[in-house]
Amino acid sequence: MNLTYAIIAVILMAIVTYIPRVLPIVIFRKEIKSKYIKSFLRYVPYAVLGALTFPDIFYSTKNIVTALCGTIVALILAYRGKSLVVVATAAIFTVYITGLFL
Amino acid sequence: MEKTWTQEFRYGLKRGLPIALGYVPVSFTFGLMAVSGGIPIWMAIFISLSNLTSAGQFAGTNLVIMGAGFFEITLTTFIINIRYMLMSLSLTQRLDKSMSLTKRLLVGYGVTDEIFSVASMEQGILTFPYLSGLIIGPVIGWTTGTALGAIISAALPDNLNNAMGIALYGMFIAIVLPVARKSKPVTIIVAISVAVVCILRYVPIFQMISSGFRVIIATIIGAGIGAILFPITDDKIPCEESSPGHDITPSQGKEEG
Repeated sequence: MNLTYAIIAVILMAIVTYIPRVLPIVIFRKEIKSKYIKSFLRYVPYAVLGALTFPDIFYSTKNIVTALCGTIVALILAYRGKSLVVVATAAIFTVYITGLFL
Repeated sequence: MEKTWTQEFRYGLKRGLPIALGYVPVSFTFGLMAVSGGIPIWMAIFISLSNLTSAGQFAGTNLVIMGAGFFEITLTTFIINIRYMLMSLSLTQRLDKSMSLTKRLLVGYGVTDEIFSVASMEQGILTFPYLSGLIIGPVIGWTTGTALGAIISAALPDNLNNAMGIALYGMFIAIVLPVARKSKPVTIIVAISVAVVCILRYVPIFQMISSGFRVIIATIIGAGIGAILFPITDDKIPCEESSPGHDITPSQGKEEG
């Protein structure tokens, strides 16, 4: 990994994370009125996470079959409302175990 | 009756402790992920300290590992973090009016989903000492967890490291699915977003669009259609429930004083 590239990228990330947080606190005193903009902002995280997860999750391990097994386990546990850590750990474990047989 | 600086600070610390503890396992996974993707240990810690966010830094770091361009990394991270504007906006209504610019700049750094949620549940005005106390614990939890994960990753066998690749996505599913299950709008928005990203990925004419931009386009279309079809009127996602420990869920964005 090119270190200069990574450092610049991380600093850029930090800046664009900081700006949305700090700008309203420093500048705005009023609230956003448009319900569409408010709704859009509220829905953004879900749209982002959906787009980040699928279909990339199927290519996230060395083998698409182990990834598929991990995905199914994650979906079932998440549907049952298990915590982030439980879901993530179970998915890792599933991929690891199924990987031993392939 | 005015509380003293120390009393406010200590109260903030106390309120921040559960957040700090909740952050450790999540940032631990981030540390593992980053290092198994080739990021040096110190840089993983630096990312957590400077970004102090989950989805944004996970996605950004993923793009760094993939060697994406600066514009793509910056724009993707920015799009994911845009939601903080809404939280900060809501906090401005409650902040101590006399708070100086420097203090505002410091407080802004600590606006995460959980810190925002806890702060907005407090009664009355939010003072600088309270917010400093509230923010400092989670920052320590987030960076310590990252350090532990990063250090341990280096000692893990290869096939376990490969299996770690799914961790991030598993967490994403754990964040979205419980909300989607209860909220039809969220289900539809996620479905649209995933459909768009798949079209962009698999339809040959869109091949030149890079992965970061696929996510951005899908997000704007998904959340945009969602905002038009299901505008939120009472400031709450339909059927959304609070989900403590789920970093990305913008739960409890209530404005009441």
